[in-house]
Amino acid sequence: MKTLGFAAGLLAIAAPALAETPVLHVLTYDSFVSEWGPGPAIETAFEAECGCDLRFTAAGDGAALLARLQLEGVRSEADVILGLDTSLTAAARRTGLFAPHGQRPALSLPVPFEDAEFLPYDWGWFAFVHDRKLDPPKDFAALAASDLKIVIEDPRSSTPGLGLLLWVKAAYGDRAAEIWQGLADNIVTVTPGWSEAYGMFLDGEADMVLSYTTSPASHLIAEQDGSKTAALFDEGNYLQVEVMGKLAASDQPELADRFLAFMLSDAAQSVLPTTNWMYPALTPAAGLPEGFEALARPVKSLLLPADEAEAARGPALDEWRAALAR
Amino acid sequence: MARRAGALIAAGLAALTLAPVAVVMARAGEARLAPADLVALRFTITQAALSALASVAGAVPLARALARRRFAGRGVLVTALGAPFLMPVIVTVLGLLAVFGRSGWLATLGLPPLPVFGLGGVVLAHVFLNMPLATRMLLEGWQSIPGERLRLAESLGFGPREIWRHIEAPMLRSLLPGAALAVFAICLTSFAVVLILGGGPAATTVELAIYQAIRFEFDLARAALLATAQVAACGVAVALAGLFTLPAGFGAGLDRAAALPAPGGWRWGMDMAVITLAAAFLAGPILAVALRGAPALVALPVPVWPALGASLLVAVIAAPLAVSAALLMALACTQGARWLEPVAMLPMASSQLVLGTGLFLILFPFVSPAAVALPVTVIVTATMALPFAYRILLPEVRRLEADYGRLAAVLGLRGWPAARLLVLPRLRRPLGFATGLCAALAAGDLGVVALFATEQGTTLPLVISRLMGAYRMEAAAGAALLLVMLAFGLFWICDRWGRGGTAD
Repeated sequence: MKTLGFAAGLLAIAAPALAETPVLHVLTYDSFVSEWGPGPAIETAFEAECGCDLRFTAAGDGAALLARLQLEGVRSEADVILGLDTSLTAAARRTGLFAPHGQRPALSLPVPFEDAEFLPYDWGWFAFVHDRKLDPPKDFAALAASDLKIVIEDPRSSTPGLGLLLWVKAAYGDRAAEIWQGLADNIVTVTPGWSEAYGMFLDGEADMVLSYTTSPASHLIAEQDGSKTAALFDEGNYLQVEVMGKLAASDQPELADRFLAFMLSDAAQSVLPTTNWMYPALTPAAGLPEGFEALARPVKSLLLPADEAEAARGPALDEWRAALAR
Repeated sequence: MARRAGALIAAGLAALTLAPVAVVMARAGEARLAPADLVALRFTITQAALSALASVAGAVPLARALARRRFAGRGVLVTALGAPFLMPVIVTVLGLLAVFGRSGWLATLGLPPLPVFGLGGVVLAHVFLNMPLATRMLLEGWQSIPGERLRLAESLGFGPREIWRHIEAPMLRSLLPGAALAVFAICLTSFAVVLILGGGPAATTVELAIYQAIRFEFDLARAALLATAQVAACGVAVALAGLFTLPAGFGAGLDRAAALPAPGGWRWGMDMAVITLAAAFLAGPILAVALRGAPALVALPVPVWPALGASLLVAVIAAPLAVSAALLMALACTQGARWLEPVAMLPMASSQLVLGTGLFLILFPFVSPAAVALPVTVIVTATMALPFAYRILLPEVRRLEADYGRLAAVLGLRGWPAARLLVLPRLRRPLGFATGLCAALAAGDLGVVALFATEQGTTLPLVISRLMGAYRMEAAAGAALLLVMLAFGLFWICDRWGRGGTAD
């Protein structure tokens, strides 16, 4: 029976839709479309109002998404890409595959944000998550001086890892290499992606893990566990802004525009906090879900503009590698 | 017949593994390896060589002890040796950490924790994953020593030392290089283990450099070049292993069962100590995985079940495909087509990411990748599993050819009758082992197919990674345990069938 279902699923994709329902293809990352992510709820809500068929294609994480798009090029059947972050938008723009979105929503981001091609749909602060019992360091220098053990993600394979790299660069500039050298003995290991790092932290392999200030909310809301919190750093916490963009080669440009607008509507924005565990880009009228008010909010937000992030990446990576590869 | 079929399969295999690399390379201009890439290449080879040496060094005494001792639970232990190899990488790593890590069992007992991060940790994990596999491969060798030789040894009054010198050492000479080569090739492309336990950028492998080149830099030419370097390293290893491999030359026996002499005294103590230590080393992390997953097993989220079906389907189609292809190639290789040997090892050294990317580039202009998800998954998984089946079957096929090749030629025994009367009955044990291994590998594979994933065709490994991504670590542990059970169940059924024909 399962086999039949599987085969039917494949057929459904292979055969072009028989009815003349327009189809909108959205290329996104894996955890967005998963049964536990925002995908299913968004699909239901958008299909109810657009009279169209919304189809998600999943491609690993944010970085894999960009690679996938470049592989497909102008032949891509995707109309919208959803899930890049600002450390990747400069590279994405350079492909020339994106069209301006032409929308000017009043975003509730903690920093001003302007981008002709990419629209934010949610955001979060990177932070080191730890047990409430731990007395957290106040900044990277204090962390480096402490004997706390941390797990981080690899900037070469994951977007949080890249975010941390840019965080240290944005906060310390030329002193970044020195900070990394100081952190070397605190780093237990560097994992390929977020979930390995977070899993190791939950198993007690480290005192702190690079994640988001919103991570404690998932424990609080989904598991009624209030034992985790996030450390705020005096130099500020770096932002991850997740964006979406419309492809110039789309055969459904109007539908794509409607989808971008829909993603910023209350219907979609109210789904994101408790499925994607990020702040909505445009706070819905009903406010944030219960539990989010308890989260630590950094006073200072850091974010390198897309072009600076792109330019800083290569040298920062070399610095990072040299400092840690003792 | 086998020769032509083997050559055909080899050609297909070469096309399947090399064409994607060529396509990826053709997409971009010229590429150069950076100094950091050479450091990565050196580290990759070092860790793979150390892992291979440590694995076979552990496997020889363990296989020998298992071959000459009989004790309660021996059969279970021999089957369970298949388990570590089949566990998903992230599950394995968390299991190892639960035992050897900072908050692990050893630490709670007050024992000093092992250095689980860094080169030591990488080798530890690789030994955990591959030593049991090597042990099973060597055990095959001990079990295929003809009973007549053992009886002759007994009547000549051979002690353990003479048996080692005249029987066991030549047998190992024919097997050990191949087993070490298999472990080396697996560790060469190992990605997540090295990255998680490596401890930082000092432990950068070629596979990670490829990942970075494709994901962040979209430098396809460099990725293809790195993949080629990886294949070349494996090619050198194949050649080296070939230099050291010598046929054992025992001649055919009459299948009379004769147990290996089991010397008493300190040798008994040593054997039992080796078995106990190895069993504890292997059981610890497996037990940890089972304990973590068991509570969530009763209430697994619904999407897990169709994914289980999809994984099972892939395994059931891909395993027989891989094993029959491997058998034909091994037959062709022993009948003179020596050039097949490196080709059969190609998939093991291929970068999964480059392979997936290349196939994607080849197929994308013609079909929607999602539409061919199932066939591509099956073919790629079968390709990836083939070298394992080949390495298991080759020594046995060589022996078959040496022992019965001339007789079969004189009798004109060829084609299907030869398969039915000679090949299948005599190779039942390795065939069962190989099929089980391939089925389990196919159930657990994720790498290549990620690019082709659809909403409908999600397999169990993909569901596990999605659960972890959604902060559902407990459910993920439950699903991972289910995957281990599926893989091990498939392995157990096939291996059981294979061993059904023999005394143990």
